Amino acid sequence: MKAMRAGGAAIVTLVLLFLAAPILIVVIVSFSSAAYLSFPPPALSLRWYRVYFGSSEWLVPTGLSFGIAAAVVVLSTLLGTLAALGIGRLPPALRAPIAALSLSPLVVPGIVVAIGVYYAYSRYGLVGNPIGIVLGHTCLAVPFVVTSVSANLAGLDRRLEQAALGLGATPLAAFWQITLPLIRPGILVGALFAFISSFDELIVSLFLSGTGAITLPRRIWDDLRFALDPTIAAVSTLTIAVTLVVLGSVHLARRRSERLRIANVGLPE
Amino acid sequence: MTTLAESGIATAGRQPKLPTAPLGPLLLVAPLVLYLLVFYALPVAAMLMRSVTDPHWTLANYARLPADPVFLRVLSTTLTTAAVVTIGTMVLGYPVALAMVRARPVVTNVILAVVLLPFWTSVLVRSYAWMVLLGRHGLINEALTAAGLIETPLRLLNTALATHIAMIHILLPYAILPLASVLRQIDGALLRAAAGLGANPWRVFRQIVLPLSLPGVAAGMLLVFVLSLGFYITPALVGGPRDTMLSMLIAQQVDLLNWPYAAALSATLLAVALALIGLTLRLPTLRQALRGVRR
Amino acid sequence: MPRGDVLGEVAGAAVSLVGLEKRFDTVGAVRGVSLEIQSGEFLTLLGPSGSGKTTALMMIAGFEQPTAGDIAIDGNSVVAIPPYRRNIGMVFQNYALFPHLTVAENIGFPLKQRGVDRAERNRQVAESLAMVRLSGYEGRYPRQLSGGQQQRVALARAMVFRPRLLLMDEPLGALDKQLRESLQIEIRRLHAELGITFVYVTHDQEEALTMSDRIAVMNEGAVAQLGAPEDLYNRPVSRFVASFIGESNFLPGIVRGTENGFVVADCSGTIVRAVLSGNPRQGDEVLLSVRPERLRFANIASDKAGENCIGATVTDAVFAGERCRYLLQGDGGVPLVLKEPSGLAARRAPGAAVEIAWAASDTITV
Repeated sequence: MKAMRAGGAAIVTLVLLFLAAPILIVVIVSFSSAAYLSFPPPALSLRWYRVYFGSSEWLVPTGLSFGIAAAVVVLSTLLGTLAALGIGRLPPALRAPIAALSLSPLVVPGIVVAIGVYYAYSRYGLVGNPIGIVLGHTCLAVPFVVTSVSANLAGLDRRLEQAALGLGATPLAAFWQITLPLIRPGILVGALFAFISSFDELIVSLFLSGTGAITLPRRIWDDLRFALDPTIAAVSTLTIAVTLVVLGSVHLARRRSERLRIANVGLPE
Repeated sequence: MTTLAESGIATAGRQPKLPTAPLGPLLLVAPLVLYLLVFYALPVAAMLMRSVTDPHWTLANYARLPADPVFLRVLSTTLTTAAVVTIGTMVLGYPVALAMVRARPVVTNVILAVVLLPFWTSVLVRSYAWMVLLGRHGLINEALTAAGLIETPLRLLNTALATHIAMIHILLPYAILPLASVLRQIDGALLRAAAGLGANPWRVFRQIVLPLSLPGVAAGMLLVFVLSLGFYITPALVGGPRDTMLSMLIAQQVDLLNWPYAAALSATLLAVALALIGLTLRLPTLRQALRGVRR
Repeated sequence: MPRGDVLGEVAGAAVSLVGLEKRFDTVGAVRGVSLEIQSGEFLTLLGPSGSGKTTALMMIAGFEQPTAGDIAIDGNSVVAIPPYRRNIGMVFQNYALFPHLTVAENIGFPLKQRGVDRAERNRQVAESLAMVRLSGYEGRYPRQLSGGQQQRVALARAMVFRPRLLLMDEPLGALDKQLRESLQIEIRRLHAELGITFVYVTHDQEEALTMSDRIAVMNEGAVAQLGAPEDLYNRPVSRFVASFIGESNFLPGIVRGTENGFVVADCSGTIVRAVLSGNPRQGDEVLLSVRPERLRFANIASDKAGENCIGATVTDAVFAGERCRYLLQGDGGVPLVLKEPSGLAARRAPGAAVEIAWAASDTITV
């Protein structure tokens, strides 16, 4: 039995290494001083980061990606939060189809969504246009907001809103003073996932970016087709860092929401 | 005498009806519904319609498919890849899910972090990582050459093998998480009872844990399979020219402005994906297992 | 709505329920309930789960719309008024304290909705907290309070804006027995101090008996009986009320006749006399009832006028602290329960043959 347990632990460790190693290697290679790929790197250096920060060919798409992601966050958070609030109160007959529609971008294969929106947007000058990308990304980001806010709402005691009404608050006041503060963590988490989903998005961007709106993932993709430039390792590491920061914030937001959710349990007598 | 404390339990189930007409909720969902219809649903629908309306109402685009050698080869590649990836992720993922559920909280968190790490990096970055590893002048070849094990670099990149490895790497978390959630729900009391009745750990696993975990296995495999079908970025970057997947074929056809063909292919892909997802959601045990996957 | 500045100056609202009905699909949760709740009284809606008591309360509060009937407060119909304008205080079983607000902000919430300025709010919050004996807890959050404290804060919040009507939906259900009893006393005290109308919902008949001025016993959506606690206990009008409130012995029988204000019935071979009510005819089926604590062990078969007597065998004897509870099988097969204070005479053992006697005037027809 001990042998089995040791064997099992070995397998698990190998698989975990398999999961983690490639990404860690990219990070390490980004700090390599060599122009060719080698591991371990001969020396550590920031040259590839300097290339990145010194090149407008990299910085412009980076800025565009940030800008688009920010716009997507605003739009998807607004639409998604309102929808989550509404879905929770709909009669069951309407709830299922509307929820399905809101979440379907997650289920439909990315290539189908991409060429679908490309097909339509190209007729209205939205290809090669940042606005088109924002519109497209928002569709993909909204499911994250709806899911997150809905989950938060589900854990909320609806009798709190009822109590507020009974105490004299109008429905609007009850929403603003009671419901909204309590779903803020859910909105925040949804917004952060929306940001990452847009910042990292490639398939839809491939079709919609044309020549006039090159996002960072699109730029990386173009580069990858032609060369294995270590600069890409630096860019990748930076995007990983951005994603980690955002996800760290998600973790913190989730913990705060947990604290509020167990509020009613209280202390023992 | 008084009956049992029913009232608390009885009224708790019924959520209070707030005095808002159904109009309110409809107004709240309307903006999103309209937005999705205009900028997503109708565009996709319009594109798919091209498969049956070009040049006039016809099903010819679909009728052509079963006899189309290109389509058949691509379909075969896609299904094979999906199958290999599905089995691979489950074989590798099962031990990890098991370890995650059985370990001490500290170890569990570490495993969870490593499993989620790929989630936190974009598919593009992960695909690039494999290009770095498997390329002609990539790290594996460089290491093997430096160690004197090979003279000429191995052809690792741009092969079916590369696609399989990279996709397994990317989709492993999707296999592990639903499985872990189902494993977690197996009542520890069952395992203790079995052990108390004389079953050794291997027996306990084979006859209790494994059967009870099957819904999680099924959910994970279905999820990975569906995701594999629609994969584009990874096969495009690390796969070979002969390893065209369905999504790549669709993209190529769009580049050639061959909309009816692309639309028919998309509709086929979509139909299969929806059917599989629908199947999963219809089976309550699988639906439960899928709930365990949270990004 | 008039607000008193000094406690006790606000009179309670009178509530009128007329033919109140609520149907959910085909289920009649509340059927034809008519009730006059007097200004300042403590009225309890008592009943088992599903009796409609909570639904009736929710209709008074405005969270459910009646499908028929009317609700009037002080003579004015409120059915068309939304809950946030009815100015009614409400306390729920799960307290419903806002977890992201402090105790002071929770209690001050209704005042804020009414446009009371901050200084005045703080003053009234402090006053309310003093009333529930939680002064100094302003800055705490609900999760830092025990269940009993949370309920007191909920009470304070419901009362701070001086409503003339306070509704309580099983507020003590989540608390343990000891805490429940001490809070029952608190709530009674608050009622006496404030003098406003309390409408209380519970399924616990002991709670209802100790706290209420009047009780409306509800069953399957209708009021089974309305009256003061002693009335309900001593003169239940139906088998349901007799068994829901306290414990009862039931003796089914056939009417033989009447004499001197009593009805005489043959209960499976034993003649039993009960207080006459209505107009029973010879041969009618009748159900007589007597409370277990009214029965006593007789040394010999009693022949006293005005007393009923029946032979029985003890089947079980249970010592329950201050009382002994006996289960017996009476002649003719009728099960009986007898309760007497413990320490009185020797305990009868199971199997003993005994004579049970009780006053005919303690026997009623249900």
